[in-house]
Amino acid sequence: MELEEIRVAVLRIEGTNCEDETVKAFRSLGVYAEAVHLKQFYSDMIRDEEQRSLFDYHCIVFPGGFSAGDYVRAGAIFSARVKSVLKRDLEEFIREGYPILGICNGFQVLAELGALPGFDEDKPLADKPEMALGINESNRFECRPTFLKHENGGKCVFTRKIGKGKMVMFPVAHAEGRVIFPRGKEEDYLERLKENDQVVFRYVDERGNYAGYPWNPNGSIYNIAGICNVKGNVFGLMPHPERVFWRYQHPNWLENPESPGDGRAVFESVIEYLREF
Amino acid sequence: MIADVYIELKEGVVDPEGEATKKALRLLGFRKVKNVSTRKVFRIEIDAKSKEEAEKEIKEMCEKLLANPVIQNYRIVWIE
Repeated sequence: MELEEIRVAVLRIEGTNCEDETVKAFRSLGVYAEAVHLKQFYSDMIRDEEQRSLFDYHCIVFPGGFSAGDYVRAGAIFSARVKSVLKRDLEEFIREGYPILGICNGFQVLAELGALPGFDEDKPLADKPEMALGINESNRFECRPTFLKHENGGKCVFTRKIGKGKMVMFPVAHAEGRVIFPRGKEEDYLERLKENDQVVFRYVDERGNYAGYPWNPNGSIYNIAGICNVKGNVFGLMPHPERVFWRYQHPNWLENPESPGDGRAVFESVIEYLREF
Repeated sequence: MIADVYIELKEGVVDPEGEATKKALRLLGFRKVKNVSTRKVFRIEIDAKSKEEAEKEIKEMCEKLLANPVIQNYRIVWIE
């Protein structure tokens, strides 16, 4: 696919609030991106020129924010609305290999949708959620830089331009980010994730060692910050790569002012994947 | 018909809100407090022919939206 042909939709509903910087990140790299309200996919109250289909796009992003006020559980209402109107399309989209990204609240939506951990390639949305993003162990809203180690061996299409073992700094800003797997199945889930190369980012300290709070801001099992599905095309993470797209967004940017921000590689990776699609 | 739907954390799932509340209560001098846990209640008014029918529907609501089975249980208490 040519660069100019690539179209990215950043989905929004009431309460999402990171769609603008996410759209900007994609546009800065030369692809077409727009924020699309969920109702543009199904409502008959929408003007013709604003009606959309999922298949108008090659990549879908669930952005950060507080969709529907985080009522019920973070991401639960956004997920329920997507399921009620787009379930079949979304499953086909994933099966065909098109990439889906969920950042922060978007990761919570993907977990609630049953799209992650996404062990079953033929059934990309599980009937019931298979993981939860619970309240941070600290019971605080954690809003600050975090260090992540990239652990993916090449399956995740959003991080192929980041070397395995490389450390990056993406900031977090969430109250519900603690990865929880069903009780008693934790070890089994972790084994499957490792075996399938689905672990993408883990929280580390400044030296790159796995460490507890505050380095692991929420108490996630196995220090998990981000995982992908078994196919590698659905990726969710709590930290915000779009908030470190430019080097000047890093606290220590003066050390290397001309280099790109750490988060840019996420967007470059998926664009490269789509160019070869 | 009106039902209260309690969404509670499963046994073994940490409850940071409950823990923080317990800490604050202890600080206020309530030293006898042994444990605090939180739950969410949805009061649902529903038109249905029978309690069984309504209960079936509410269970479906819990499974589709109100509870995440990985960390939460639900319990229905009839009000009227």
